[in-house]
Amino acid sequence: MTRYIIQRLIYMVITMFLIATLTFFLMKFLPGTPLSAADKLSDEQQAVVLEKYGLNDPVPVQYFNYMVNLAQGDLGISFQFDNREVTTIIMERIGPSVQLGFQAMIIGTIIGMLLGLVSAIYHNGIMDYTSTFLAVLGQSIPSFVFAGLLQFYIGVKFGWLPVALWEGWEYTILPTISLAIFPIAIAARFMRTEMLEVMGSDYIVTARAKGVNKVGVVFKHGLRNALIPLITVLGPLAVGLMTGTLVIENIFAVPGIGEQFVKAINMNDFPIIMGTTLLIAFLFIFIILVIDLLYGVIDPRIRLAEGE
Amino acid sequence: MEKLLDVKNLHVSFDTYGGEVKAVRGVNFDVKKGETLAIVGESGSGKSVTTKALMHLIPKPPGRIKEGEILFEGRDLAKMNEKQMQKIRGKEISMIFQDPMTSLNPTMKVGNQIMEGLIKHQKMSKPQARKRVMELLELVGIPDAENRMKQYPHQFSGGMRQRVVVAIALACNPKLLIADEPTTALDVTIQAQILELMKDIQKKTDSATIFITHDLGVVANVADRVAVMYAGKIVEVGTVDDIFYNPQHPYTWGLLGSMPSLDSADEELFAIPGTPPDLMHPPKGDAFAARNKYAMKIDFEQEPPMFKVSDSHYAATWLLHEHAPKIEPPAAVKKRMEGMANSSSSSEGERV
Amino acid sequence: MDNHKPSKDLFVPVETTETENEKISRPSLSFWQDSFIRLRKNVGAMIGLAVLIVLGLMAAFGPYMNDYGQYEQDLSRAKMPPKIEGLAWLGMDGTLSDVQSADTLEGAQTKALMRFNNQEEFITTEVLNDGSNGEQAEVRATYDVYAAKDMDENFWFGTDGLGRDQWSRTWMGTRVSLYIALLAAAIDMVIGVAYGGISAYYGGRVDNYMQRFIEILVGIPNLVLIILMILILEPGIMSITIALAISGWISMARIVRGQILKLKNQEFVLASRTLGAKDGRILQRHLIPNTLGLIIINTMFSIPSAIFFEAFLSFIGLGLPTPMASLGTLIDAGFDSLQIYPHILLFPAIIISLIMIAFNVLADGLRDAFDPKMRE
Repeated sequence: MTRYIIQRLIYMVITMFLIATLTFFLMKFLPGTPLSAADKLSDEQQAVVLEKYGLNDPVPVQYFNYMVNLAQGDLGISFQFDNREVTTIIMERIGPSVQLGFQAMIIGTIIGMLLGLVSAIYHNGIMDYTSTFLAVLGQSIPSFVFAGLLQFYIGVKFGWLPVALWEGWEYTILPTISLAIFPIAIAARFMRTEMLEVMGSDYIVTARAKGVNKVGVVFKHGLRNALIPLITVLGPLAVGLMTGTLVIENIFAVPGIGEQFVKAINMNDFPIIMGTTLLIAFLFIFIILVIDLLYGVIDPRIRLAEGE
Repeated sequence: MEKLLDVKNLHVSFDTYGGEVKAVRGVNFDVKKGETLAIVGESGSGKSVTTKALMHLIPKPPGRIKEGEILFEGRDLAKMNEKQMQKIRGKEISMIFQDPMTSLNPTMKVGNQIMEGLIKHQKMSKPQARKRVMELLELVGIPDAENRMKQYPHQFSGGMRQRVVVAIALACNPKLLIADEPTTALDVTIQAQILELMKDIQKKTDSATIFITHDLGVVANVADRVAVMYAGKIVEVGTVDDIFYNPQHPYTWGLLGSMPSLDSADEELFAIPGTPPDLMHPPKGDAFAARNKYAMKIDFEQEPPMFKVSDSHYAATWLLHEHAPKIEPPAAVKKRMEGMANSSSSSEGERV
Repeated sequence: MDNHKPSKDLFVPVETTETENEKISRPSLSFWQDSFIRLRKNVGAMIGLAVLIVLGLMAAFGPYMNDYGQYEQDLSRAKMPPKIEGLAWLGMDGTLSDVQSADTLEGAQTKALMRFNNQEEFITTEVLNDGSNGEQAEVRATYDVYAAKDMDENFWFGTDGLGRDQWSRTWMGTRVSLYIALLAAAIDMVIGVAYGGISAYYGGRVDNYMQRFIEILVGIPNLVLIILMILILEPGIMSITIALAISGWISMARIVRGQILKLKNQEFVLASRTLGAKDGRILQRHLIPNTLGLIIINTMFSIPSAIFFEAFLSFIGLGLPTPMASLGTLIDAGFDSLQIYPHILLFPAIIISLIMIAFNVLADGLRDAFDPKMRE
């Protein structure tokens, strides 16, 4: 198991290195410089700025410096905010994003699982049709449309919850719900399918033949076996949440990474774009690793195959 | 002997897209205390469905028990609801399934799977149940029970898994054990071991057994009585001797004739032509008529009733009617019947 | 035992004929016929298909159904509410309304009128609560914008902040979404299937290299890849097309490869090979028919996610540049005046939701129709 983890960590470092390299060179080909966003500067001033960001060095030198700094956790200095380090900016803004992501993930999977379970148990009943219908809506309606609905009705029309900004727990509710809709829908549909499949398998008949009651069959025998495949969708879901935060943070004016990222794109602030891209890539790879390990914890077949 | 189970006029149907599939069409049989009844027939003859219906284990919907009575110690199982059935299953009637690779829960320790029934039906404490599990594992021939019960099914071989399935079925000393082709999915050598185990267990416990199989060779070994099923009906029923030495139904002749034997090399296998009928639209008259080379006009018009051959032996074929021409079984089958008599008596001797 | 007496002459042997014996009483259906019948029975999928056809027709002809061009700006008619004759009961009557409350009835009335610049002749007020029961007084003011601006023609979906006709722009945006749908399907079908198929069918070293390449692509998150591509290329329909072409086919390639690898070693293919079938025949008769269902299902599922991706990119400003209309940019613009003019957001939001729901439901229906496990 330890060997497996170490091996995976090495792969992770290699992939990150590749992505960092790719990101760096793609940025070099980008049209526009940090100066294009700023006011018109004299040639002299421009030279000073280019010097400051090391943009006068040959590209290989820039690449080398970037990589060395990156290895030390230094993502460079923002173009847009004078003298502010990208790492600092990310650290400042990661809190709200992580909070939103976690809340949405936890609410999403738990509610989704329950809906899916109810669907499977009352297969072809009214509960099943209702929850399947809701899941199709949740899967289909884009999160920004849903956020708009919530913002208009709950925020503006009824005034139950704050429309935007980030000044307390109640401010997190609308963005969290907007983000959670997609995971709820996906988890519910997946759970339903898996649970139906598991409930049709031979070992469920064995359990029933033992005289185990319905609750026991569903929770002791069904749930765990249905959960194993559910873990596989957690990865894509987490990635989907990262995508979601980009828009949701903008709609609800949440001071998180996503909002900063979209601003940086519009201002050609390359160090922030690169830094955030790397962060997203890192989180993506890290989540996949965690999920693979989780897989082993839940499925004894994998756990032992690795151990032997 | 007292009847433990008495099935009367059982009909089971499945409602599918295309229409109603009448999988079991009026089956009558009984099982006495301590005896082993084998139900024989080709795939799709309704033998599995019959026994699954006894335990209410057919998927509902689409399946349903259309009519009939299932009297188990006088109680009609057909009328019981799910709650009442849960008290019967595992405790009074239990089942051994065909494929040990899929019939154990992959994420649950083997010991816990055996224990489940004990804790539920016999209200045992965990340590008590654990002790009983060790006994059971030893009974079914799994060594090192102490460690084995903490393992997961994927750490067991196919034969060992089937032993675990047997242990689960035996856990609460059921009065009736239903074995649904328990050896079909196993290697031939393992098959023999599991059969030995089943016979051994029959000797040690006094539970009655319904043994479902499509392999007549197995039947001669384990059963007291045999019921032959075709197209959702029982066409012939009798003791092992009745069926093997004095078969009456042409379908039984076919089954016996299609059994290879090692005794003589020149023997030709007697194959039954054609395939079983579509049970969505069962044919008029005798369902076997279309494949029966001794078929008469009446076979295509009326269903044959059960004709009595002896006190223990009945068969549903018009050939037993007084007006029917006297027909001898085909020579190949006849020869085989004689061979069977010799080989089974000789093998009986070797086996013990 | 024998209580019914059948007549003696029935007991004569008859010849059993083979034809009668082996007659199959059910009509034999090919896999495709069977799947198609099942799909047609699926009400949800059929509704989804109908919705898509209607939306497709509207996208094709909608912009020509009135005289406004999608880029025609006119600030004098900015943010007009939607108005369709005969659909007033749906709220599409060309009016804006608002409820104002104050301590006194007069106060509420004044505020209500002020809300629409005191153009009293076009405002009708309705007292919801006169404040006599101690609560705040509430007055609803309804402002007839079309009368106030002396507008004869109707804007069916209203206008946006620059006075452009939302009807034309919404259907132009729908065109973009449907183009993306076709594009995603084509990429999946062509690149994905070919890549996966070649990789699996030739196997060996070819497969090895092709798989290493996919592994590298998979390691890079889709989102990152697309954002980078769009940053390099100018935002626009072309860059979205290229971005999708780079990343859109990977999952399809993996699925096709997996399926073909599985099929390749199955007995019926081996049997066919043993009988001397050539590569082309095996591919045509065995591999493709048995993979096609899976390919169709997967294509259908990748369409909604591609449509979402385009809308999402346009929404965050990486998609179509202004002034082009995409449902994503229209929704983004709608957010700017959501509080007062929700209708600007409403119609593009409804259309994109309809497209997504329709594709998802149709994809579900296809999966159920093609899934052999559902066959009974």
